[in-house]
Amino acid sequence: MLRASLREVSAALKEGHVTATELCQRCLSLIKSTKFLNAYITVAEETALKQAEESEKRYRRGQPLGVLDGIPIAVKDNFNTAGIETTCASNMLKGYVSPYNATVVQKLLDQGAVLLGKTNLDEFAMGALGSDTGGSTRNPAAHCGVVGLKPTYGLISRHGLIPLVNSMDVPGILTRCVDDAAVVLGSLAGHDPKDSTTIQDNFKPFELPNLTDVSKFSIGIPKEYHAPGLSSEILALWSKAADLFKNAGAKVIEVSLPHTRYSIVCYHVLCTAEVASNMARFDGLEYGHRSDMNKSTESMYAATRREGFNDVVRGRILSGNYFLLKQNYENYFIKAQKVRRLIANDFVKVFRSGVDILLTPTTLSDAVPYMEFIKEDNRTRSTQDDILTQAANMAGLPAINVPTALSERGLPVGLQFIGRSFQEKQLLTVAKWFEKQVKFPMIQLEEVKRHEHGVFQHQKSASFS
Amino acid sequence: MRTLYLGRWLRAAPGAARERRPLLPPPVRVPAARAASPTQVPPRPAWQQGEQRSPPQQKVTVEVLDHLERLALVDFRDSEGVERLQKAIQFADQLHEVNTDGVEPMDSVLEDRCLYLREDDVTEGNCTKELLKNAREKVEEYFVAPPGNIPLPKLEERETFLQGS
Repeated sequence: MLRASLREVSAALKEGHVTATELCQRCLSLIKSTKFLNAYITVAEETALKQAEESEKRYRRGQPLGVLDGIPIAVKDNFNTAGIETTCASNMLKGYVSPYNATVVQKLLDQGAVLLGKTNLDEFAMGALGSDTGGSTRNPAAHCGVVGLKPTYGLISRHGLIPLVNSMDVPGILTRCVDDAAVVLGSLAGHDPKDSTTIQDNFKPFELPNLTDVSKFSIGIPKEYHAPGLSSEILALWSKAADLFKNAGAKVIEVSLPHTRYSIVCYHVLCTAEVASNMARFDGLEYGHRSDMNKSTESMYAATRREGFNDVVRGRILSGNYFLLKQNYENYFIKAQKVRRLIANDFVKVFRSGVDILLTPTTLSDAVPYMEFIKEDNRTRSTQDDILTQAANMAGLPAINVPTALSERGLPVGLQFIGRSFQEKQLLTVAKWFEKQVKFPMIQLEEVKRHEHGVFQHQKSASFS
Repeated sequence: MRTLYLGRWLRAAPGAARERRPLLPPPVRVPAARAASPTQVPPRPAWQQGEQRSPPQQKVTVEVLDHLERLALVDFRDSEGVERLQKAIQFADQLHEVNTDGVEPMDSVLEDRCLYLREDDVTEGNCTKELLKNAREKVEEYFVAPPGNIPLPKLEERETFLQGS
């Protein structure tokens, strides 16, 4: 049951093969037995079981709220959840219990989903997990062998999502298969009066057709996505995928997005600038951590922020403030905004030339082992991790990682599809076809419990360091 | 020439899902890109990682560092923090390689749209108690702050790493 797709589980609930409570309990027990992975910051056991009970009652009455009723979900800990601690994995928000639900959380709960808990992330999402600002949904999806969808900017509400970069953040969706991503997208997308950056166009949830003929599609292969450091394994996979489409009759052509190489630098400046602004609200006065220092307001703010933020966050705030100084504003911030337009225009030109979908690798290699990972400093890491995913955020385009194959080490590797603005249906349709061709194996979750348990006993907690 | 069909060697047998399988199936060999046949993807990297191409930059002065600490109300903590800023600036300098003559800055990808603004009507509120719950220091309906209008001590008097610089 824990391996099945969302739809399969939903059908099982409807037919009474499993109850929402059983499902919830099984998930909770799996969470307990995989605690060493530190995937959850907060497990909302009590409320989850209550929600499951309510769902069960609805199923017994024959009145489920929809396909998401009773489905266990987890939400990254930078989304506000009423009554449940929201920390952004930072000391700054330790103990913060939000009085409201983020819009996307509310939508899921309104559909009867069961919220199991809040998942871990880099402090304030300044890393590579969850919501998608630079690739944080697609990268982990690629490394873990799941589907990761980054919707078009403006499609899903950011209200209640603690912001990192307001002009690039989007809620990201992680599921086992492309169909499930479409289902979740259907329940989340649409205008929110509480988020003025959501577009007002009417959004109609859709079911994905079972495409058999891809000959009408034009698939673009952007050459700059052969970035330095791309592993030969992934290169081969990318090549095979391109062949797959070509042999199925699609038009496959090489295209160019010349400013790709600057997207990480551009992101670096814009991100730190927006971060400097977004982190200014954390002063200890209204919520979150507050220092005991009370000589003056300013010194209290300074002490609170010194105690509450880790090195990465502080570093970004300081860099951001540097780029925003009067003497640097034009040369760095405005300059980066201009480069952003060039990056976005690259995509516009390519899509205008008749290309429907772009096919690229998602990551440079399979997942790096922990000991190797902690060697490089954070900026170098994100330079390497996000190079293939960042530009889609810069341009606001929808993009999805589809798990494709296992590397020589036996770790998952995925490929990325990038689509036109607000053309999620087309993007997901092609992604679904591809998913069907590659038949990526499902992870056997029961084995995770025992595997590598010893390794993690000595690791520091990723949050509250 | 061996051909690799992604679908075939990944397809699980119908009963396979049920049996105990090792967490990670035996590694599958992905052959290197075939040199002979025309590949659809570029065989070589399209560009090289920039390596210290920008001229060695000026060190950020202590005055600017102090100014940043005041503006940001966070401290550099140690030499690593200052080094981090230097590297960040050097990294950002790569932007100057791009010709942006005649290009307008882009604030938002939704710049061509008219975004929705709510009517200026009060539709919710009255949640003082809820909001105050999250504050540590409060009195009646007020957030309590230490005395204001006291500037941060000067660099020499502050407890900051920059003092020794």
